[in-house]
Amino acid sequence: MSDDTTTTEAETEAAPADEQRDALVERFRDALGDAVVDTHVLAGKDVWVRVATEAWAEAADVARNRLGARYFGFLSVVDWLPSPFGRSMDSEVDRVLAGEEAAEPPAMEQGVTGGSTRFQVLARVAHVGHPGDYWGVTLKADVPDDTLTVDSWVRTYAGADWHEREAWEMFGVSFAGHPGLRHLYLPGDFEGHPLRKDFPLLARQVKPWPGIVDVEPMPGEADDEDGEGAES
Amino acid sequence: MTAITDRQKLQYIAAQAADARVNVELETEGMTLNIGPQHPATHGTLRIVARLDGEQVIAAEPIPGYMHRGYEKLTEVRTYAQVTALVNRIDWLGSFANEVPFILAAEQLMGVEAPPRAQWIRTLLFEMARISNLILFLGDMAVQLGAVTPAFFAFRDREYVLDQIERVTGGRFHPNFDRIGGLKDDLPQGWLADTKATMDKVRSFCDEIEELLMGAEIFQARTRGVGVIPPDVAQQYGLSGANARASGIDWDLRRDQPNGMVYPELDWKVWTHPDGDSFARFWVRLQETREAASIVEQCCDGVPGGPIMAKVPRIIKVPAGEAYVSTENPLGEMGYYVVSKGDLTPFRVKIRSASFNNVSIAPWILRGVYVPDIITILASLYFILGDIDR
Repeated sequence: MSDDTTTTEAETEAAPADEQRDALVERFRDALGDAVVDTHVLAGKDVWVRVATEAWAEAADVARNRLGARYFGFLSVVDWLPSPFGRSMDSEVDRVLAGEEAAEPPAMEQGVTGGSTRFQVLARVAHVGHPGDYWGVTLKADVPDDTLTVDSWVRTYAGADWHEREAWEMFGVSFAGHPGLRHLYLPGDFEGHPLRKDFPLLARQVKPWPGIVDVEPMPGEADDEDGEGAES
Repeated sequence: MTAITDRQKLQYIAAQAADARVNVELETEGMTLNIGPQHPATHGTLRIVARLDGEQVIAAEPIPGYMHRGYEKLTEVRTYAQVTALVNRIDWLGSFANEVPFILAAEQLMGVEAPPRAQWIRTLLFEMARISNLILFLGDMAVQLGAVTPAFFAFRDREYVLDQIERVTGGRFHPNFDRIGGLKDDLPQGWLADTKATMDKVRSFCDEIEELLMGAEIFQARTRGVGVIPPDVAQQYGLSGANARASGIDWDLRRDQPNGMVYPELDWKVWTHPDGDSFARFWVRLQETREAASIVEQCCDGVPGGPIMAKVPRIIKVPAGEAYVSTENPLGEMGYYVVSKGDLTPFRVKIRSASFNNVSIAPWILRGVYVPDIITILASLYFILGDIDR
């Protein structure tokens, strides 16, 4: 497939407005009012709705009981802090080991629906079981930096139980109203929150970037002449 | 108001229990039964702690995490091309199916679409992965009920499918074959014809299993009406795939959201069962194996010519953005929430694996069942431990 076909497809996809998803956003606005902070519709693909922190539990109730998204997909947290260990191959770890100065990490930037806090909780619910009328929506909310607590979804979606336990131990975000926040994966005496960006990944600290150890040229490097590794 | 009612209820239950204790000669004290993490009746290392009253379970709690590998953290220090090697190991019985939603999410962020031939072969291998996964379920379910023979049949016939997967990808279990924009290689010569012949073996395996098990009295008695999940509870816990369809939820992502796959061009059917019990879950998976065999055959006939890779840069940097793409994997809805910051590596990947949700219903469904049914119900929910622990 040539380059120009790819671009035309991208254009035709972006051009038409997504009436179904726009209508869904409107229904959220009708039900939640000002609590809907920001929305994002990727036409033909997906929709995001960010609600105020106080309205997080209410958003679940609206999604399930008023809009019919009775299916619970997942619930998780994103840590928007830029990693102090760098982002990719030439990470801070390697630079410091090579005797270079550690660079300032870039400013924190939240995702598609914006935000102002380090942690954001996100969840996916969907309307299923009706052939021809399937839709899913990703809900988001800021997690206050001082309390690190949002309301629990367990009362609305019982399946949120394990997801909130996982988010609690992995990110240190608490869920008010959860029946028993205790460790799910980690041993009970584990310290720290592994999926936080400032939790060091030890395997990465003691070993160079996987692949760098090889003497072979990396794909796309100057000495990779025959282009053998083009897509590997 | 409700608090009082609840207390009254508890008092009533306690009084009943006290009566029962007086009435029976041998008083049964509550005991805790620990199954696993290493136990012949568990798959992988899922540990279950059950509180029993006699033969009945009062409360059961699965304890996962004995095999947690931290993929969500590891993906943050891997390039997009390297991530597929990791996610292969989530559901290790249907490995190729794990790669597809991640690649689709990356493609969505990049605005790339695989050429038609790659989409067809992807669908083909996706269904092959489903067959190799489900065959093992069909055999293993019988083992949990005490029948050993079907498992041998399953391992025998799965090998034919794995051979075909190996001929294309080089790996029986971990193909690592999907690439952003297409596939690693084209199909070998003569492969399509051989695959069609293999599908006949899959079908005769399904017939064999149906003959051996479905009519068997023990099988019926142990699965009919056992572990019933009503559709609303199934949706609350996020049960997907065959578990949801066995509760009468007519939902299949292959039909409802076929992004990047060729399912709309094929002739196939979504099987559902209204009962929601262990038998229904077995029955739906049996039908799905047959349906998958038919899809594979149609793909073999329909694969068009052309390139297998779209034009993608040599060093893949995925533009900043967020995407959630899920597909109908053998175990249910498998999705990746990928957050990119325009780097070589993803910023965050949330892996929504099917078994995690499918097993999170266990405390609800195991309450009140008898001890032997713990094993059959969990077997019928069908989880892969790597898919829970990630």
